[in-house]
Amino acid sequence: MKRTPRELFIEFRLWTESHKRIAYPLFIGVALILAYLVYRLVITRLLNIHISYNFDFSVFLRQRLTDKSTYLSLLLWGFLTTLRISAISIVLAMVLGTIIAVLKLSKIKVLVFLSSAYIEFFRNTPLLIQIFIWYFGSDPFLPQVVKDWIYSQNIEFAYGVIALSTYTAAFIAEEIRAGIQSIPREQMEAARSQGFTFLESMRYVILPQAFRIVVPPLINQSLNLVKNSSLVMAIGVVELTHVARIIEAETSRVFEAFSMVTLIYLALSLVISFAINQYNRRFLRYIKY
Amino acid sequence: MSNARTKRLTRITISAMTFSVLGILVALELAFGSVSHFLFAMVDGLKTVRFDVITTNIKYLLLGPPRRMGGIVLTLYLAGISLVLAFVVGLIFGLMRNSARAWIRYPAVAYIELIRGMPLIMVIFWFVFLLPKVFGYVIDDVYNVIIAFVCFSGAYMAEIVRAGILSIGKGQMEAARSTGLTRAQTMVYIILPQALKNMIPSFVNQFMSLTKDTSLAWFVGLFELTTVSSQVSNRVLVAPTEIFLFCAMVYFIICYSLSAASRWLETKLQAGAR
Repeated sequence: MKRTPRELFIEFRLWTESHKRIAYPLFIGVALILAYLVYRLVITRLLNIHISYNFDFSVFLRQRLTDKSTYLSLLLWGFLTTLRISAISIVLAMVLGTIIAVLKLSKIKVLVFLSSAYIEFFRNTPLLIQIFIWYFGSDPFLPQVVKDWIYSQNIEFAYGVIALSTYTAAFIAEEIRAGIQSIPREQMEAARSQGFTFLESMRYVILPQAFRIVVPPLINQSLNLVKNSSLVMAIGVVELTHVARIIEAETSRVFEAFSMVTLIYLALSLVISFAINQYNRRFLRYIKY
Repeated sequence: MSNARTKRLTRITISAMTFSVLGILVALELAFGSVSHFLFAMVDGLKTVRFDVITTNIKYLLLGPPRRMGGIVLTLYLAGISLVLAFVVGLIFGLMRNSARAWIRYPAVAYIELIRGMPLIMVIFWFVFLLPKVFGYVIDDVYNVIIAFVCFSGAYMAEIVRAGILSIGKGQMEAARSTGLTRAQTMVYIILPQALKNMIPSFVNQFMSLTKDTSLAWFVGLFELTTVSSQVSNRVLVAPTEIFLFCAMVYFIICYSLSAASRWLETKLQAGAR
C-alpha cells in the first residue's frame, strides 16, 4: 500500500506520542547537534569569528596564593555564606513582616500610616541603595547600643542581614495582609454558627486556609531573598557571587567560575520551586481562588 | 452569630496584637530607656544633616558627568529601552510558552526557568564577560548591560504575557475557532488585543522594577544614579547618609509614581471591562 507523505508524517507523530520517553530525548539530542552545526557554520565559517576558550575545571582544585586553601573550599564557603545570610534574613523578615502586616490591618490611623510608609519606602527604592544607606549612612541614626553590638559582630554580614531582612519584610507584609484579607468573612460566620468558639474557628477554619494561601508567596519571597543576597557583595560579604568574582580575578578563568556559581543558584531555585509545586499539589487542591 | 460581632472580634484581636507591640515598646522604654534613646539619637543625627552637600552637587547627582548621558537620564534610558526590547522578547517567549507543541514550549520553559533562577547580577556579569568573547571586540558596557536587562526582563515579561493570555479564557478561543479562524489568526485578532490591554498595569510595574534594577549597573560602573551618587559620596567623604538618602528619594519619586499609575490603570481598566 502506498502512503502519502502526509499520512507518513501523521503515523510518525502518533508513534512519537506513544513513545514519548524514547522520542523526546532523541529529538532534543538531534536538535542540539543541528544547533551546534548551524552555530559552527554561521559563526566560524560565515562570520569568521573564532571563539577559542578551553574549559579547565581543575581550577577549583588549585590552591590560593594568599592561604593554602583551594578554590573549591572558597566556593563552598561562599555557598554556606549565601545560605546563612538568607536563612537568618528570612526568619527576621517574617517576624518583622507579620508585625507590619498586623499594624497595617489595625484601626489606629497613625500606625496604618507608619506601616504603609515603611512598606512603600522599602518597596520603591533599590535594594543596593538601601544596602549603601545601612552600611555607609546609618551611623547618625542608630543608637549607640545597636552600633556597639554590630561592631562586635562581622560588620558587613550584620549590615547585610539588616538590609536584606528589612527589604524583604516589606514584601512579606503585603503578602500576609493579602492572605488574611482573602478569607471571606462568611467563613468565620459559618464556623461560628456551627458552634465553634472564636478561637476554635480561627484555629480550625480561618488560619489553615490563610496559612495555605500565604505559604507559596512566602516561599517565593525566600527564593527572591536568596537571589537578592548576591547584592551584599557590594559591601564585601564573601558570598557566592563575590566568590565568582574572586576566582575570576585571581585565576582569570571567567566562565568556569561563573558557570559553577550559576549552576549552584539554579539548583537552589529549582529545589525551592519544586517545594512550591509539591506544596500546591498537596494542600491547595481544594481551595478555589 | 451576627456579622457585627465577628467584625468586633476580629477588630479586638488585631488591636490586641497592636497594643502588645506598643506594650513591648513601652516595656523596652521603661526597662532600658532604649526607645527614647533611639529617638534622641535620631534627632541628634538630624541636627548634623548637611543639606549643602546635596545643593552644591545637585547637577552632578541628577545628570552625571557633563557631555555624557548619565544620572537620572541614563537610569530612565536603560529602563525604557530594556522595557521596549524585553516586551518583544517576552511576547515571543510567552507565546512559545503557551504553545501546544512540546518542541516549541520546552525551549521557552528552559529559558524562563534559567533566567528566573539566576540573580540579575550574575546575568549582567555573564553578558559583560561573554559578549566581548562572542563579538571578538569590546563594545560599550551600556549595550552589554542593556542586553543583560533585556534577557533578564524578557523572562519575567514572558510570564506576564502567559498569565495575560491564560486570563482570557477558553471560550473566546473556541468561539473564534468555530467561526473559521485559524489558531494564529485567533491569537492575533481576538486573544492578544484583549490580553495586552489587561497586561498594561503589569508592564508599568515591570518598568518600575526595571528602574530599581538599573542600580545594579553600579557593579560595572555605568554613570547612572547609583554610581554617580556613590562617586559624590566618595569625593565628599563626610556625608554618605544625606547623599544616599537623596538618591533613594529620587528613586522613590520615580518608582512610587509608576506604581501609583499602575494601580490607577488597574482600577480604570477593570471599570472599563464591566
